[in-house]
Amino acid sequence: MKALKFANLLVIAAALTFAAAGCKKNPGYLTPLPPGMTQNPKDIGPGRVVPPSFAHDDDLIKEGLKEGFAANSPDSHVGWAEDASKFANETVHFAFDSSVVPTADKAKVRNVADFLQANPAAAVRVEGHCDERGTEEYNRALGERRALAVREELVLLGIAPSRVDTISYGKDRPVDPAHNEAAWRKNRRAEFILLTPPAK
Amino acid sequence: MKKNLFFLIVSLLAGAAGWAQIEITRELIPGNTRPVWVSLSGFTGEAAQVLQFDLYVQGFNFTNAQAAQYLLSGSAGESLTGRAVDNINKSTLVAKTYSGASPRRQAHAFADDFVRALNRKGIAQTRIAFKNQTGSNSEIMIADFDGRNSQPVTRDGSVVSAPTWAPGKLALAYGSYKMGNPDIFHHDLSTGARRTIARYGGSSISPAISPDGAQVAMILSKDGWVDLYVDTIEGSGHPRRLTRSKEDESSPCWSPDGKWICFAAKTRERRSLCKVPASGGEVQRIPTSGVLNPTEPDWSPDGKWIVFTSMMGGFEICVVPSQGGEATQLVAGEDPCWAPNSRTVVYARRQSGGYVLSLLDVPTKQFKDVSRIPGSSSQPSWAK
Repeated sequence: MKALKFANLLVIAAALTFAAAGCKKNPGYLTPLPPGMTQNPKDIGPGRVVPPSFAHDDDLIKEGLKEGFAANSPDSHVGWAEDASKFANETVHFAFDSSVVPTADKAKVRNVADFLQANPAAAVRVEGHCDERGTEEYNRALGERRALAVREELVLLGIAPSRVDTISYGKDRPVDPAHNEAAWRKNRRAEFILLTPPAK
Repeated sequence: MKKNLFFLIVSLLAGAAGWAQIEITRELIPGNTRPVWVSLSGFTGEAAQVLQFDLYVQGFNFTNAQAAQYLLSGSAGESLTGRAVDNINKSTLVAKTYSGASPRRQAHAFADDFVRALNRKGIAQTRIAFKNQTGSNSEIMIADFDGRNSQPVTRDGSVVSAPTWAPGKLALAYGSYKMGNPDIFHHDLSTGARRTIARYGGSSISPAISPDGAQVAMILSKDGWVDLYVDTIEGSGHPRRLTRSKEDESSPCWSPDGKWICFAAKTRERRSLCKVPASGGEVQRIPTSGVLNPTEPDWSPDGKWIVFTSMMGGFEICVVPSQGGEATQLVAGEDPCWAPNSRTVVYARRQSGGYVLSLLDVPTKQFKDVSRIPGSSSQPSWAK
């Protein structure tokens, strides 16, 4: 994990060097720094630098797939605007007791990834939910595995893990409180909450 | 004493006759033990109700003075006078007058004195903590073991989960979404002081405090997978990772000697109960023959049993010897937690879309709901 963070810093440092050198040929995954930006990496505000494009670093992906992609600090997106409606149509649904993103729903994850690629300052929170046919704490763990599975898909599509938060509500927040198969199908889900950094 | 002597004699006879395989030294036979018959006379109203509830959920049942093994008599008014007599040898076990506190408390105290005279632990003046949900929000509550005198511990208007008592202390650990993320809080009930034990990215859930109160086991996803960790009760920020798997681990609990952490896991495509040394080491399966998908284990204070929930279409409270073996199904329900007496458990029972709390006497399978409050009450923890 330490290696991963260090690698991030390296890429950020590289981005800064590029920007400082006024490099004309900016690679697609870097954004020019706004004017007046200090070059001390510690002072970089959230979302000001495009996080490294992950798809280009096979080693980090490999390590993450083997060991898990470490979570962000719970405070990393504090104060960011939350929009639950933006990706309302992209909610991923799961089979009973499963945390595998169904093939049919992968296009939704891709839509979210595309948006994040096009809006490099934005981040997303994935909220995992379950139907009522599991015990409470079992479902809380299952909901988190669902959110993590979606996060992994996003990472494989080139989104840096640092832009994806996960959280589980277990079965505490059903969309349909009914006790039937139709309701359960709706409740086994992962929702995307769009996170936008506060305006400067 | 008499009972122990009886067992000793039977054991000796069995040994002499070469029936060593017949195990009858275990006093508690889950789900297969007859109630102890008592008669109640002289008590009316609240005192009678309290005594009936207290004794029923500890494996007693009620009959007339002729058929009863123990005779309980007395009267209740300003104070309560109670007398318990062994109907076989006519010896007096308890003869006391209780005053002060409340009429309910006086009856609880008499119930405790009676079961103590039978060499059992009294549970009638203990307390429980639980989650109470109304709408989409939930709060932590505490109450007497029978559900009376409930009071809220939190008033956050958020989501809470899995309260657990700090052994021997007036303090709880529980999950809370108050700060936006599922974090684990420590809450001192005498001062009201709260602090986080675990606040990480991802979900930090399912705390269980060690018997010596110094450590807390919990489920964290901070490293990218849902795994079992242990940290100091202060929350050092550097929890020790005990499992490393992409599959699920959930609902940790401690062995009473503090050496093991038992939890629900999936290994080789099969759900099972597992245990791992609290200091780290190899994960071992705890077999639960006869039932599927075990989850939510709780280790009995005397170390002998693990009670758990089996998910087999419905949800069943089951019990298995702590080293594993044949599991016994008891009643429909979820999330059981042992009382200090290692025979009664509190659990959540599904009812009309929510949960109610109920107490189950494991040997006799007698159960009774606790006093209800509005909303859905679940995830009980018994103070020990």
